[in-house]
Amino acid sequence: MKFSLSTEARLAQLAQNYPPGRLKGAVIPMLMYCQDEVGYITPELAQEVATRCGVSTLEVEEVVGFYTMLRKQRMGKTHLQICTNISCLLTGGEELYEHACKKLGIGHNQVTEDYQISLEEVECIGACSWAPAIQTNYDFHHHVTIEKLDQIIDSLRTK
Amino acid sequence: MADLVTLTVNGQPLRAAKGTLLIDAAKQAGINIPAFCYYEGLSLQAACRMCLVEVEKTPKLQAACTLPVAEGMVVRTESEQVVKARKTTLEFLLANHPLDCPVCDKGGECELQDMVFRYGAGESRYTEVKHHVDEQQWSPVVYYDGPRCILCYRCVRVCDEGMGVGALGVTNRGASSLIVPNKGDHLDCDECGACIDICPVGALTSGTYRYQTRPWEMEHVGTVCTHCGDGCKTTLGVRNGEIVRGNNRDRSGINGDFLCVKGRYGFDFSSHPERLQSPLMRINGQLQEVSWSAALVAIGQKMPAIKAAGGKIGVVGSSLSTNEENYYLQKFARQGLGTAHIDHQRSGDVAGLIDALAGRTNALATTDELYTAKAVVVIGADLSQQHPFLAYQIRANCRHHQAAVYTITSGPVRETSIAKKAVLAPSESATLSQLRSLAEDLKQHAEVVIVFGDIIKGSLVRELVEFGNSLGVKVKYVCLVDYVNSRGAVDMGVDPRLLPGFKPAPTAGMTLPEMIASPDLAAFWVVGSNPLEKQGLASSNAFIVVQDMFLTETAKRADIVLPSASLYEKNGTVTNGTGQVQRLKKAASVMGAKTDLDILGLAARAIKLDGLGAANAEKIFDEIRSSVRGYNVPLPVIATGGAPLTAPLNGRVDVQPQPELIRSAQDTLFTSGTLGRYSKMLNSVMEAPGKLYGK
Repeated sequence: MKFSLSTEARLAQLAQNYPPGRLKGAVIPMLMYCQDEVGYITPELAQEVATRCGVSTLEVEEVVGFYTMLRKQRMGKTHLQICTNISCLLTGGEELYEHACKKLGIGHNQVTEDYQISLEEVECIGACSWAPAIQTNYDFHHHVTIEKLDQIIDSLRTK
Repeated sequence: MADLVTLTVNGQPLRAAKGTLLIDAAKQAGINIPAFCYYEGLSLQAACRMCLVEVEKTPKLQAACTLPVAEGMVVRTESEQVVKARKTTLEFLLANHPLDCPVCDKGGECELQDMVFRYGAGESRYTEVKHHVDEQQWSPVVYYDGPRCILCYRCVRVCDEGMGVGALGVTNRGASSLIVPNKGDHLDCDECGACIDICPVGALTSGTYRYQTRPWEMEHVGTVCTHCGDGCKTTLGVRNGEIVRGNNRDRSGINGDFLCVKGRYGFDFSSHPERLQSPLMRINGQLQEVSWSAALVAIGQKMPAIKAAGGKIGVVGSSLSTNEENYYLQKFARQGLGTAHIDHQRSGDVAGLIDALAGRTNALATTDELYTAKAVVVIGADLSQQHPFLAYQIRANCRHHQAAVYTITSGPVRETSIAKKAVLAPSESATLSQLRSLAEDLKQHAEVVIVFGDIIKGSLVRELVEFGNSLGVKVKYVCLVDYVNSRGAVDMGVDPRLLPGFKPAPTAGMTLPEMIASPDLAAFWVVGSNPLEKQGLASSNAFIVVQDMFLTETAKRADIVLPSASLYEKNGTVTNGTGQVQRLKKAASVMGAKTDLDILGLAARAIKLDGLGAANAEKIFDEIRSSVRGYNVPLPVIATGGAPLTAPLNGRVDVQPQPELIRSAQDTLFTSGTLGRYSKMLNSVMEAPGKLYGK
């Protein structure tokens, strides 16, 4: 399996960070980088990462099964993650999540028909000081209100 | 003993080596700390939380399975707090457990049941719906029932570390974690079932045994597996005289935790519908069922006449019969029928090795020594396929003692991945020169065990031993042989050149190929062997008697076929490839079939052969112990399931080497000569028949 030049460059750089024969440690970041390009972890992708890191495909699949950030089905171009853990919950995170469900017509770990936006109710994203917080792909949004969420979703749709 | 630390467990002072895990130290003192995930010999997991104990001056309960002992440690393993914690842990484990114990295969021998019985947790505070996933079939022999799983990871570790396969993993996390096979929805592995054996609950179940019976309805008979030459103990679960399960119930054999697909599932040939249950006699050119007496009368008429006329009589012994049967057979042939023509299919040059080791004592390695030796050299064998238990020992040795492994094979084998040096040798001659190139490496190790297959035979064995001697370190050898009693057959003198105990025969008889090619062979008596699988006898008039379980190609050509019992239907002893003698225990019986010993006894009476002595296994074993060199093994050890090593002969074996007759059948994990053909389970797995050398 081949990736784009930029991803291949990232993977090459990544491999430099590990001592020879210890590429097992690179499995998670490699999966993340590849997922950024492919969108989700396909069986071929898992196999490719396994080969590149010198581990069994099963070991890669174990990792993919364990981490929710690694996804086995195709998600939206933008993955909207709304935290409903304690700090966000107290400041309206759950209302944000329910609003997003209604507005997008999808639920947890689902994707809109046009594969533009997918939704996930996530555990703590470490932004408690700025709760309620949400994440769109790798971008954080702090002190989110219903209106702000509407704006974010609308801007994603027009993108 | 500066390395000992003193600690107190439950008020009992005890001493243990520094670095010992608390759970082991307590066990040595007879204090049992319960655990699910901890398993001796496997890596630590600390997942189940059952072994929590109270350690003074430590605020929280500690997991005894990962806590090394320390000087002055004061531990309580059954305090009120500990018992409460265990009860709570069990409540968690039972939260999603289906509690289908009444129909679960494991019911009655389940560790979770035992723990709940011990600590209570009969009431649950959970009212939520139990998390359910459907049962999955991963292979004909392995089933997985997710909800029953307590996620101890034993199966994952035994497959990866013990077997070196790594076919099991864990996906998801927390309560929704599941064990997964390596090929998505099915397994591609050794199908050894070690995962089933090691599972403390009924999450992994066996295709042959599931829903067959309750464990307490079976009689559990520990005997020796009838397949390869490693001599593993398999415990057969017998109900109403029929074997319904093979497993490694009490791990008391030389094989410890190990058992392969053959030992576990390969017993089903014994109840195969094609098992012969009545003697057959050729009447008007057709084999027809006759009574035992009719068959014996016919033998009683024919054989004395052939003997009296001085006709050539060829006798073929079996690698699957007991020592007693083989010993009696050679007596039956030599003393009774007065023939020197007795042989069996040889699969390793045992006689050559014994000869080359003349003058040396203590030069044959046992299976235990493969686990303790500092270095092991594997020559010309795909051990994981052909001798899986020996491969298991070597892997465990690597894992626990960092033993150095060297392989010299004609293709990549599983041991290559753990080898310090793996050399490929395309031909026999290259093998020894490759070995010589390892000399400097081998000299670094205090003790070396060399395991060799059938490519080292005849003069090469002598060269190998000379090379071993030249290293200047302690070298021991294992000559690999194919079947359960291949070694015993040579030891008992089922060889035209050798009497029992490797004594040269006064006149060397015909070898097996010579018998087959002899145009004037008058009688051919075959016990548990299939020499005419691909060829007929040159002699057209030979009277052929075959003792076998099945109508093999040889039996089809016979004049009289006598139905024989399998190794699982006999008492007696067998000698494994490393020369260790073990006692068998009769597990089952099949109507109409008799043991080879009984058949030979009856035949001797019908032919009126005198002076052979009683055809009684115990009496013959006494005779073997007193007359066959090396077999004077301690009876109590044998009687209690031990596997004493036969003492090596330590003298020249003064016979002509016949390397051309030594040929391994190259069985894999999933084949086992004739027996394998009649085992439905062995043939049903996807991996069958398996390949050697990764070809």
